[in-house]
Amino acid sequence: MTVHDMKHAASDSARLEAVGGRLSRVDGPAKITGAAHYAFEQQLEGLTHAVLVGATIAAGKVTAIDTRAAETAPGVLAVLTPDTIMALKGASDWFGNPPALSTYCPLAREVTFSGQHVAAVVAETFEQAVAAAALVKVWYDETPAIVDLSDGKAGDGIPIDAMAKEWGDAQAAFAAAPVRICAAYNTPREFQAAMEPHGLIARWEGDELTVWEPSQWLDGMARTYAEWFGVPFENVRLVSPYIGGGFGSKALALAHSAVAAAAARMLGRPVKLVLNRPQNFTSYGGRAATRQTVAIGADRDGKIQSIVHRGVNETAVDGMWVEPLGSVTSIMYATPNFSSKQNVVRVNTVVPGAKRAPGENPSAFGIECAIDELAYELGLDPLEMRLINYAEQDPHAKKPWSTRQLREAFAAGAEAFGWAKRSNAPRSMREDRQLIGWGVAAGTYPVRRAHGEAVVNILADGSVEVESSSIDMGQGTYTILAQTAAETLGVPVSQVSVKLGDSHFARAGVTGGSRLAGVMTGAVHKAAGQALDELIGLALSDPRSPFHRLQANTLVVKDGRIASPRGEGPELSIAELMSVVGRERIEAKGDTLPARTTPEERYANYTTIAKSIPHTEGDYSRHSWCAHFVEVRVDEDFGTVRVSRVVSALDSGRLYNPKLAESQWKGGIIMGIGQALLEEGIVDRRHGRIVNGNFADYMLPTNADIPDIQTISVGIPDPHSSALGGKGVGELGIVGVAPAIANAVFHATGKRVRDLPITLEKLI
Amino acid sequence: MRDFSYLRADSIEAARNAAALPGAMLLAGGTTLIDLAKCGVAEPATVIDISHIEGLNAVDVTADRALIGALAKMSHVADHAEVKSLFPAVSEALWQAASAQLRNMATIGGNLMQRTRCPYFRDPANFPACNKRSPGSGCSAIGGVTLGHAVLGTSEACIATYPGDLAVALVAFDAEVDLGERKLKVEDFFLAPGATAEQEHDIRPGEVITAIEIPGSAAARRSTYLKVRDRQSYEFAAASAAVGLELEGDGRTIRDIRVALGGVATKPWRARAVEEALKGKALDEATIREASELAMEGAVDHGANHYKIALAPRVIARAILKLGETA
Ligand SMILES: Cc1cc2nc3c(=O)[nH]c(=O)nc-3n(C[C@H](O)[C@H](O)[C@H](O)COP(=O)(O)OP(=O)(O)OC[C@H]3O[C@@H](n4cnc5c(N)ncnc54)[C@H](O)[C@@H]3O)c2cc1C
Ligand code: SF4
Repeated sequence: MTVHDMKHAASDSARLEAVGGRLSRVDGPAKITGAAHYAFEQQLEGLTHAVLVGATIAAGKVTAIDTRAAETAPGVLAVLTPDTIMALKGASDWFGNPPALSTYCPLAREVTFSGQHVAAVVAETFEQAVAAAALVKVWYDETPAIVDLSDGKAGDGIPIDAMAKEWGDAQAAFAAAPVRICAAYNTPREFQAAMEPHGLIARWEGDELTVWEPSQWLDGMARTYAEWFGVPFENVRLVSPYIGGGFGSKALALAHSAVAAAAARMLGRPVKLVLNRPQNFTSYGGRAATRQTVAIGADRDGKIQSIVHRGVNETAVDGMWVEPLGSVTSIMYATPNFSSKQNVVRVNTVVPGAKRAPGENPSAFGIECAIDELAYELGLDPLEMRLINYAEQDPHAKKPWSTRQLREAFAAGAEAFGWAKRSNAPRSMREDRQLIGWGVAAGTYPVRRAHGEAVVNILADGSVEVESSSIDMGQGTYTILAQTAAETLGVPVSQVSVKLGDSHFARAGVTGGSRLAGVMTGAVHKAAGQALDELIGLALSDPRSPFHRLQANTLVVKDGRIASPRGEGPELSIAELMSVVGRERIEAKGDTLPARTTPEERYANYTTIAKSIPHTEGDYSRHSWCAHFVEVRVDEDFGTVRVSRVVSALDSGRLYNPKLAESQWKGGIIMGIGQALLEEGIVDRRHGRIVNGNFADYMLPTNADIPDIQTISVGIPDPHSSALGGKGVGELGIVGVAPAIANAVFHATGKRVRDLPITLEKLI
Repeated sequence: MRDFSYLRADSIEAARNAAALPGAMLLAGGTTLIDLAKCGVAEPATVIDISHIEGLNAVDVTADRALIGALAKMSHVADHAEVKSLFPAVSEALWQAASAQLRNMATIGGNLMQRTRCPYFRDPANFPACNKRSPGSGCSAIGGVTLGHAVLGTSEACIATYPGDLAVALVAFDAEVDLGERKLKVEDFFLAPGATAEQEHDIRPGEVITAIEIPGSAAARRSTYLKVRDRQSYEFAAASAAVGLELEGDGRTIRDIRVALGGVATKPWRARAVEEALKGKALDEATIREASELAMEGAVDHGANHYKIALAPRVIARAILKLGETA
């Protein structure tokens, strides 16, 4: 729960504060001054500390655990093993499917990946718990592990029929096409690598559980805890006012969460458990490694006749993750014939998870490199190639786009970048010992829609409170909801306080898939509208109100002051009105759900993702779009790639706050640079273990790796996508960056690197 | 809790006495020691904090020599005006090392004593076999992920790369390390693994590094440190070279040249064959590139690190060419 105060110079404030204004993050000062308290910073009486013991094998059985030394170590309160941890119930998955097993043990007897939690130690201090955890001895019966997709034992995997997309006769049309390319593209295991690690503080009071945990989905995680412990949903309270980065990884309650909550219940004391950095690479899934082949057949004039796409992603031995690899392939270009199929292969890893633009990101790497290869096969400019095959409608859903400003994005990006000055031949641009390459690629992300709920309160002093169990992980929810409420109610932003990150507030679904801003601005707009109606109704109807005698139909509120539309008659501040009519507060709860939604449907809407609305529902296909233009410099001796310029033009529809949208886009682009050039979870193939699970060895880009990034908004309001006309922002930016860089590297060097990341040893 | 005793040494003598205790380890900036303690690699019985000893952080540079106290911070030496003008390779090696935060903490003495980044060395819980950590236990790296491992100076016992930058420049310019009773060439202070991978330095119980001394020379004055890596900052070298050059009066014949390599060998590696091949030769790109290849004589790869054999000579050549351009 948080209150933010923002004061602005009056002259600028109206422009900045309106929806669409470049208001700075209202939570910024609290973060900079340290006043923002993150989940792990709760100071609780009697707090204990838990530390996990991870499996040192990737596959096999735990045959024995010797806890004696740990149990007698100083400060130790409990050593938990699969045999001693309390029994939990199975919990349904995030689609709401009931659990396969009725019980759940978060500590493993059967090890399916290296680092899996097999035991935990709880002690009075963190240091005591760390020391005692090192004393726990575990014996295993090891069996051969399938370490990755290229493991001989991995096989072809399981076909995912729901991912198959077919129209026309793709194989025959490919075979008949006069110009053909076919290539394989691979992306490695990548990690979300948020600065704030995963972890939680759990406290039980009777049958009520409070969990302080960084979370992208309070209601969904609260449901999981409630099911594990067999307590009513209302008994679980999740608190997560600030999140130090999630990127998709913090939406679920995980095994370590269960261990901490169980330990707290067993000990009757609050327990804090924070994963150390290496554990952050093995306790939850990053982006699955993927393999794709893309075959494109075209006419000699460059018109695509057929696309044949096959994809594989890794998943866990005991969990399913599908990274939809055909998602961009099937919509980016017009083609009369298309085929996409996907398998998943079980390997000994933790279940992979969502990382920024799951599916679209690797999918774009395949198709956007392949289209570049086809352009070179035909001797065409890669940008022209894309325009020749521009999809005027959704080729898969066969529906018109709600809005698609991709042509505008290509034009604006090319203009700002100076694309016209490019010479098409590889290795044709250089400066001293640097080969220069210019590459382009497009990206897209579907508009994921759902429903949300918000409470807007007007208080006696005229201030406004917005409450929602949605969260702000840096993307700007606090700010845009303040802007939305302020604009709807006609009050300055400084009068609005937004409270987020508490599951006891009005409900919200998952913050993921770039849906939150669209959902929550809609809900706040609605709740604030209701509050405004009530305020005006009160002003007009209450006999004590000076507006009563006006006999007017309506009133306006501007800058926190109430007046008649024409300005004649009295003018009161909201506080003055509340005072004369003797009201303490006006409360309005608004939601975007259809009127006759049952309580069960409401619950499912907020605690599962089963109820999100398909982006192709109704008459339109809804997506955000972007085009990235990239310049790289490759040292001809060393093979080192430096990104020296990025211009991206993006269509996210209407922007609620361009400053925040730009920083989301840039964050995505920076992550894309890391993905293209640096990031890779490196597996020891003998042990099935990630050997670079730390921030010195898992390479993320530094400031020195990032050039100036120019972003251009080409979006127009899209009324089919959200109440206020916005489309998704957060995921979009990364989609297409890696292929743009790979294409630029080809242009610079004449070498196609189809395996990410593009490290120097692949170019030397 | 994993208990250890903490002693604060106020003088070099006190530090030396304490350092002779079994299981004693010195603490300077702590950026290596605390890191390794967290990994479970360093388990000191006694931590001797030397960071408060006075007078050990002086940096004194004349045309003849640079004298750098063991407690001088990396960032301070990197920014030192005379180090920059008289020993540019030393300054460049330092500012390209680690991150700004680490350089502000880390000391020159500690820097010489940093340990390898071999991932197997740093993860005892998962990889018990490591000859460097526990002699005779084997080497987990051989047959595993060897992308960063050495191609020069390896043995069957250990193929771990010496990761540091500064010592590469020190070796190129014949620097000495002052251990009080003894003074050693930095080149001899570092030991290749051979059959005793656990011995990385010629330092005895009770010895403390007090200073390093770098002789001045024309080659040191015209020197550079070139570090190649995928990430532009905050990454250890895929390959690096410290090079110094002195030309004859004609401006193109090489009178003196120093070449040392980092990121590819088990210790900071002086490439004397390259130096000998180039002395008296003209500063010409083809000649330089050919001579640079000599640095890789005897190189052995372990699969994934093969690229280093191609990369390192190019780094040497480019460093020399860069110096040639800056007359
Ligand atoms: C993430 C990361 C990245 C890094 N990147 C680089 C890099 O790119 N290039 C590079 O060169 N280095 C790099 N380093 C290493 C860094 O430079 C060293 O950690 C640092 O120089 C050590 O100095 P310190 O004073 O902190 O040593 P400490 O940690 O205090 O000590 C290190 C060791 O030296 C011993 N010791 C300290 N002082 C003395 C003395 N006077 N006499 C005898 N023994 C002594 C200690 O007992 C200990 O064993 C990196 C380190 C980290 C953690
Ligand atoms: S290379 Fe050396 S440090 Fe690495 S595991 Fe082998 S013996 Fe240990």
